[in-house]
Amino acid sequence: MNRKPKTSTTVIQTIIAIIIAIYVLFPFFLVVINSFKNTESITKDPIGFTGMSFSQFTSNLTDVINNTHFLFWSAFGSSAIITVLSLVLLAVFGGMAAWVICRNHTVWSRVIYFIFIASMIIPFQVVMLPLISTFRDVGKFIGIQMLQSIPGLVFAYCGFGGAMTVFILTGFIKGIPYELEEAAGIDGCAPEGVFFRIIFPLLKPVITTVTILNGMWIWNDYLLPSMMLGQNGKVKTLPVAVQAFVGSYVKQWNLILAAALLAIIPMIIVFLIGQKQIVQGMVDGAIK
Amino acid sequence: MDVNTTSKKLLSLICLFAGLILFIGALILDFSGSKVSFRGAMLVLGIILVLAGMFFFPSLKHHRTMVNIIFLFPLLFTFAVTVIIPLILGIGYSFTDWNGIKLKNVVGFANYAKMFTQPSFIWSILITFLFVVFNMILVNLVGFLLALLCTTKIKGLGFFRASYFLPNLIGGIVLGYIWQFIFSNVVTKFTTSLFDYRYSMISETNTAFMAIIIVYVWQYAGYIMLIYITGLNTVPRDVLEAAAIDGANAREVLFNIKIPMIASTFTICTFLTLTSAFKQFDVNLALTNGTGSVDGFLGDNYLTNGTEMIALNIYSTAVNKNNYALAEAKAVLFFIILATVSILQVRISNKKEVEM
Repeated sequence: MNRKPKTSTTVIQTIIAIIIAIYVLFPFFLVVINSFKNTESITKDPIGFTGMSFSQFTSNLTDVINNTHFLFWSAFGSSAIITVLSLVLLAVFGGMAAWVICRNHTVWSRVIYFIFIASMIIPFQVVMLPLISTFRDVGKFIGIQMLQSIPGLVFAYCGFGGAMTVFILTGFIKGIPYELEEAAGIDGCAPEGVFFRIIFPLLKPVITTVTILNGMWIWNDYLLPSMMLGQNGKVKTLPVAVQAFVGSYVKQWNLILAAALLAIIPMIIVFLIGQKQIVQGMVDGAIK
Repeated sequence: MDVNTTSKKLLSLICLFAGLILFIGALILDFSGSKVSFRGAMLVLGIILVLAGMFFFPSLKHHRTMVNIIFLFPLLFTFAVTVIIPLILGIGYSFTDWNGIKLKNVVGFANYAKMFTQPSFIWSILITFLFVVFNMILVNLVGFLLALLCTTKIKGLGFFRASYFLPNLIGGIVLGYIWQFIFSNVVTKFTTSLFDYRYSMISETNTAFMAIIIVYVWQYAGYIMLIYITGLNTVPRDVLEAAAIDGANAREVLFNIKIPMIASTFTICTFLTLTSAFKQFDVNLALTNGTGSVDGFLGDNYLTNGTEMIALNIYSTAVNKNNYALAEAKAVLFFIILATVSILQVRISNKKEVEM
């Protein structure tokens, strides 16, 4: 029973926590301070405050935002549209599909569910190359451009996000008592009404989880948009734009870090607003 | 009720009829090689009208089935087009000389045989396994220790948790470039003044490999920490109190109570780190782009892809070297490896959990 005095342990723990926090946050700190410098001051002193000036910061930012490879506002807009559209469609379609799979105890629903689950292990690399050629051919055939277009990318995200969405949603719908639906049916509610008026509103917490998981993935995804949009296409998402920008400006660190700053800021703002939900969603998604 | 049914029937038939005409018309245009720009919209509208017609079809008996089909259709259709069809095609293409657009010959297992004659690919497999092992151990260890730290009674826990999790919010491409800057500009300054070592960590294979691991642990440990925190919070308080009354010290509580009680959390976390480390691509691309020289591998081969993991190797085989069929064969092998390892891991963990 040799208990150490409590205060000293807590102090040591706090110090360790602070040191780790400094280490974790240091890269972000470097991004911020070096966005205020020009290339020479960065090479001279990358960690100090010397050479920082606000005019340099604004000139870095305007250079980056107006750069033809980056075009921040257009990339940001495409990323936002793609993410929001995919998330809404995934939530609605995913909820619909999960409800049908969950409430029908037929062989078909079980087979579909099993295929969804099994597909989660497929690495993107296996489907990546045939996907591009399929999309190209289908697009040419039916006359809707699937590659280098926002609808095509949204379509692909609905396909790739479907499995995980259905998996998490079915787990939740199973817990909703079926009597609720029966009662509504007896009162004269059609099946589609039962879903949209009763089940869908009840899914709100789990839809939040799914939306956070899918949102983090879609917003940050690089490989799928880079394959479908191409490096020099008209439409670019933010990660693709960053990659294209860095590829064209070798070692112009002040501009690259300013671009990184612009790419980071939206995510950090979203995190600060919905921190609790995001943390909860990430954990729930992993555990289920 | 009667009027209602007739009008519904009419509406349904109109929708079905119009939808089918649009659908078939669009297909005729497609097959005849027409380049009219509205044929895509025609097709989509046709499909939507057919579905609407099915929805309004006035039959109570079949209504439920219709709703089922309509509800399943959007997700299943996108899923089939983006995952199932490319998967089947891809496995098929891996046995041919497909060049991304056309295929001429079926070559059997030639692609599979060829990839094992490439020392660079064997190297990629080896370092991927090495990377996965290092990562699984380090990310879980760091994440667990952070979780222990974040379940103590220190002040400002919310801030610490949030800041440890922060790197996980940002995509690998951006992180990779930020760390490239740190390794080549900041770390080099320190190593020059401390050890008189002037080279950037990412310019040499061994240190570049370490660099990737550092970045990955930095990015991922915060996320794993969150899951461990949730696990640790499920350990009942009365058990811990009972242990404290019985005189268990902190170390005994940790090893005899906390760790066995969160065995399932360990399973989840090892699974997550395992699969994510295998699929690791973005940081690899942005940080080193797979470069790094290796001398005398398997005899005296000189390799230039010292830090190229499987995922990046597949990508560069297809995109940079334009060898689509070979890349597809590698991807299929990657799929098989991933599936085997994940299934094995889940089996082993389940057994261990039962024993505990």
